[in-house]
Amino acid sequence: MIPATAILDERRAQVLRNGEAGGDVACGKNSAAGSVSQRACVFCGSRVVLYPIADAVHLVHGPVGCAVYTWDIRGALSSGPQLHRNSFSTDLQEIDVIHGGEKKLERCLRELVTTYHPNAAFVYSTCIAGIIGDDIGAVCRKATTEYGIPVIPVMSEGFKGTKKDGYRAACEALATLIGTGDTAGLGPRSLNILGEFNIAGETWIIRDYFTKIGVDVVATMTGDGRVPDIRRAHGAKLNLVQCSGSMVHLAKVMEERYGIPFKRVSYFGIEDMAQALYDVAEFFEDPEILRRTRELVRTELAMLVPALRQYRRDLEGRRAAIYVGGAFKAFSLVRALRHLGMRTVVVGSQTGNADDYRQLKELCDPGTIIVDDSNPVELAAFVNEKGVDLFIGGVKERPIAYKLGIGFCDHNHERKQALAGFAGMLNFAREVHATVTSPVWKYVPRRRLEPR
Amino acid sequence: MNPGAPAVEPRLEATRNACKLCTPLGACLVFRGIRGAMPFLHGSQGCATYIRRYVISHFREPMDIASSNFSEATAVFGGGENLTRGLDNVIRQYHPELIGIATTCLSETIGEDVPGMLRDYAAARTGIPDFPALVQVSTASYRGTHMDGFHDAVRATVRALARTGAVLPRQINLLPGMVSPADIRHLREIVSAFGLSAVVLPDYSDTLDGPAWADYHALPAGGTTCAELADTGRSVATLQFGRVLALAAESAADVLQATCDVRACKIGLPIGLRETDAFFRQLEEISGRAVPESFAGERGRLVDAYVDGHKYLAGKRAVLYGEEDLVVGLAAFLTETGVMPVLAASGGKSGHLRRALEDAAPETKAATQVLDDADFAQIETAVRELKPDVMIGNSKGAKLARALGIPLVRTGFPIHDRFGAQRLHHVGYRGAQELYDRIVNALLEQSQAATDIGYSYL
Repeated sequence: MIPATAILDERRAQVLRNGEAGGDVACGKNSAAGSVSQRACVFCGSRVVLYPIADAVHLVHGPVGCAVYTWDIRGALSSGPQLHRNSFSTDLQEIDVIHGGEKKLERCLRELVTTYHPNAAFVYSTCIAGIIGDDIGAVCRKATTEYGIPVIPVMSEGFKGTKKDGYRAACEALATLIGTGDTAGLGPRSLNILGEFNIAGETWIIRDYFTKIGVDVVATMTGDGRVPDIRRAHGAKLNLVQCSGSMVHLAKVMEERYGIPFKRVSYFGIEDMAQALYDVAEFFEDPEILRRTRELVRTELAMLVPALRQYRRDLEGRRAAIYVGGAFKAFSLVRALRHLGMRTVVVGSQTGNADDYRQLKELCDPGTIIVDDSNPVELAAFVNEKGVDLFIGGVKERPIAYKLGIGFCDHNHERKQALAGFAGMLNFAREVHATVTSPVWKYVPRRRLEPR
Repeated sequence: MNPGAPAVEPRLEATRNACKLCTPLGACLVFRGIRGAMPFLHGSQGCATYIRRYVISHFREPMDIASSNFSEATAVFGGGENLTRGLDNVIRQYHPELIGIATTCLSETIGEDVPGMLRDYAAARTGIPDFPALVQVSTASYRGTHMDGFHDAVRATVRALARTGAVLPRQINLLPGMVSPADIRHLREIVSAFGLSAVVLPDYSDTLDGPAWADYHALPAGGTTCAELADTGRSVATLQFGRVLALAAESAADVLQATCDVRACKIGLPIGLRETDAFFRQLEEISGRAVPESFAGERGRLVDAYVDGHKYLAGKRAVLYGEEDLVVGLAAFLTETGVMPVLAASGGKSGHLRRALEDAAPETKAATQVLDDADFAQIETAVRELKPDVMIGNSKGAKLARALGIPLVRTGFPIHDRFGAQRLHHVGYRGAQELYDRIVNALLEQSQAATDIGYSYL
């Protein structure tokens, strides 16, 4: 049983057992003070979304911490420039906090732009820049004129909301770039990929599928992203949005401004990946694209399905816990785990919305614990109660799993293995199999509770 | 500038790839080394989360840090209420024996009286059973680096908890600085071999390098207890490592001397023969016992290894970077082996690096370029010019080392591109031995890889 103190009173409405009485999972709230939320901050949300744009300078305006903890820790790959893998900071000191940091920001921008000749610069506001009231917008406007490249403020003060607000600020920043490039030469069957960050080369896998079915990709936002592509993204005919939380806002803005429709997709798991391709084929109403899509899916599945069988044999009936950033990814994971014969008994996210949680309720078995904005004490109690064999999460969840003798799969931005696409599904199955069936669990002292 | 040391370009004003972390990280590590203690950051949620992720990636252990989770309204109207609710919630969920409250830039900038808030908080709860001790430290990250946060938290802890009383003649305080869990275990072994017991602050040897668990622990077992910390005021002496720290205005050892009359013995971080000899001499003097035979044996084997390996290292040039006192310790060690540090770089800017380096390793005076307040862009420029044989420092130099084909021996924090950082030894004869073997082997691997022959015998 879960210890009485595991869930703080003010968080009880954010935890639900599927099928039991009670309405929806409460969500969209600020994290309770003193809870060890797995969320980060507004800045983190913006930094995650914009980080993979490889030909831009990303300058964090604040004390050094915000920049240093986000230095080259993500697996977002670039096929060309590697500028994004640096950490640039104005490294505000006490004197700057007293007198203001605008002048320092101006000087730092000059240094970086003249040293690296980027195609754009993003300037991230942090808690301190916000509190001391630096006019980052004005500095950026001036720099844009002076250097002839877009210098874009990202209003990501850490305390001004949650990670989701950071996504939004990043979308606003991107929206200022879009529409400024030349769309000449873009064909009628073209799309943008939004909310795909090229972790371990995943954007390349997806992009390759679209090339195969005969659809052009204009801009990838932001995996392997480039400023010139983003500037002409308004020339595409369709926006495909993955990772719902982070970039739906941008898709909506583009729909409003440029009349580009969008579709929400996921590239994780078999059905979701295939559905994403069929959605595109259907959208363009081109029999040739549809034929190629069918062929692609058939070929991929002919390889994938037999390969999965051997893993499923060992994994059948095992139980999994999922705790991820956005709830949309959780849907795909629940379905992908079913292909491996596994049941999801705990599922949660940092930033899911009411719709997301309703869908999760429909998707999951009765008794599954569904949780919003959880923390280590809760998560440990949940996985213990449910007796799980696998935890899917990020680096912050990993020690919870390992200390308790539970297998772990990293599905966060730090992962070094591609998990998207059909190829990614096979990698996922291999990784899950490797961890769940490892001999090491025979030697750990974990007291396995009877699963409920 | 010293003769023989080439000039370096001044660094840009923008910090490019910082060679430092922020102050609250150091404070959180210290609080993790106290039994039943919960680190708590007063400010934005992101600070706690980022620090947690960084610490987890190095130690591969749970690292819960609570936060008062400021919202926009909190930032405008003050964080008092969030602090109160946050502490209440931490007490409810974690049942801590101590809460270590470190501020962040945000609460510092809006100018909150956190000590006052905590006094009120505790006063309103007098008489509540198991009410935790509260230790507060000011850690604005626009002042200093993670090492300042670390040392300030150690100082704040003894200031808050140390009590005077009858002297415990066989007890010392040991303030080792930011060493590895394996180092802390080794230091305990050394001290007890002299018939002394040590109150180590911090002692995260179990909390950040613990066993697999049968049940989940909200707070991992291990660490120095509050009762032991109270007794730091009764120890016969305080051994504090770090020559740079020794030059600081007021360290924890000074506080213990001033408030509890505990003798402060400040020595260098004991890496290598000379600095370890100095450490053992101190222990001999305090305990009245000679160096135990087992350690004399370790010392002898280390000297023997220096001899066996000296030709592999002769004339080699090293670049060192990381925390100031670590760099000083490494330099003291390397100069004993025939390796010359050609660059000693740190993101710290105590202003004492050069002096501490020359005190610990006078050989560096003419040959070593010293960069404080350095970032990795500046280190890269220097490394490209200096073309060293080996780099010694944390994972953040790995990309540079790889680009230039220079072997990197990983020490310090963070090491998150390799496995086993918790278990690396640096201090004592044993630590020097392990470092020595790693450095020799890194150079041998490098020279082997550079030929087609592939000698199977060297």
